[in-house]
Amino acid sequence: MSKVIVVTSGKGGVGKTTSAAALATGLAQRGHRTVVIDFDVGLRNLDLIMGCERRVVFDFVNVINDGIRLHQALIKDKRVENLFILPTSQTRDKEALTREGVEKVIAELRKEFAYIICDSPAGIERGAQMALYYADEAVVVTNPEVSSVRDSDRILGILNSKSRRAEIGEEPIKQHLLLTRYDLDRVQRGDMLKLDDVLEILAIPVLGVIPNDPLVLQCSNVGMPVILEPKSKAGQAYRDAVARMLGEQVELRFTQPQKRGLVDWLLRRSA
Amino acid sequence: MRLFDFFRLTRRNRNSAETARQRLQVLVALDRSGGDGPDFLPLLQRELLEVIRKYVEVDLDRVKVELERGNGFSTLEVNVELPTAHLERRAAV
Repeated sequence: MSKVIVVTSGKGGVGKTTSAAALATGLAQRGHRTVVIDFDVGLRNLDLIMGCERRVVFDFVNVINDGIRLHQALIKDKRVENLFILPTSQTRDKEALTREGVEKVIAELRKEFAYIICDSPAGIERGAQMALYYADEAVVVTNPEVSSVRDSDRILGILNSKSRRAEIGEEPIKQHLLLTRYDLDRVQRGDMLKLDDVLEILAIPVLGVIPNDPLVLQCSNVGMPVILEPKSKAGQAYRDAVARMLGEQVELRFTQPQKRGLVDWLLRRSA
Repeated sequence: MRLFDFFRLTRRNRNSAETARQRLQVLVALDRSGGDGPDFLPLLQRELLEVIRKYVEVDLDRVKVELERGNGFSTLEVNVELPTAHLERRAAV
């Protein structure tokens, strides 16, 4: 049974595409056939983050409107088996996606893939609603910051009212919080909302907490999903999140200050 | 230790930023050229296949189109797999 998972947030720039790319790559690494779709028509970026921008020939919009076969638009990742990217059009606008067209593509993908990850555009309009309409689950990407939390709450409302599941009265979309750019030092100084604050306000279960990590930028520079960088803390946190998606019990990391031993303490003093 | 880390990281940063710059240069040039973007490809493919289908039956699922974009030029590769039955018949004639 395949799962359609939308990665959404309302607010822009919180890490939707980075997260969609990391989660999809992680699921594929765990042996599940996974496709990640870019729903941001006109502002495509998933291909850049995945590092396959030079290999885009046909896209999602061509499949819906121009009679191109789905398998011609799917790009197979060269690093991870079981991973495919469905890029979108850079030149058209959000009107190019029709509900019927998206439904047909998703139905076809369901036959072949275990996980279909939909990378949503920012906002709450047509594009974002199209990305979440057919979802079974939602990953709500949020930064510990007031406007992001507020926008996440707004998108939760839309998931509950404007999705296919809501419209036909099926079991609602399963919602998960993915808290990104978490800076433990600032949380401890009391300068940043902590996980519990965000959980209390949004009241959905947490899928993961991704620490603020300079390697995220370095990875996007070179077109590599950060989950493929073993040294990255963000990458490790994404791997944990993937394990939780697969139903494993994994404790949260990077949310508590690390206990430092005496030697550590002395070294830091002398440095 | 920390000093070394610092140098390693800044060097790495510069490398990845340089990669980012190069990737963007190619992409943005393509985006700006607009009309020459890949959007003519569906039509191109359809017309190419129409011509080929005048002579051979082609299974649409056996067509592979690949585009490799370079700095100075791009290559478009169209692979059309012809059915063996047809070729055998041709050989027999």
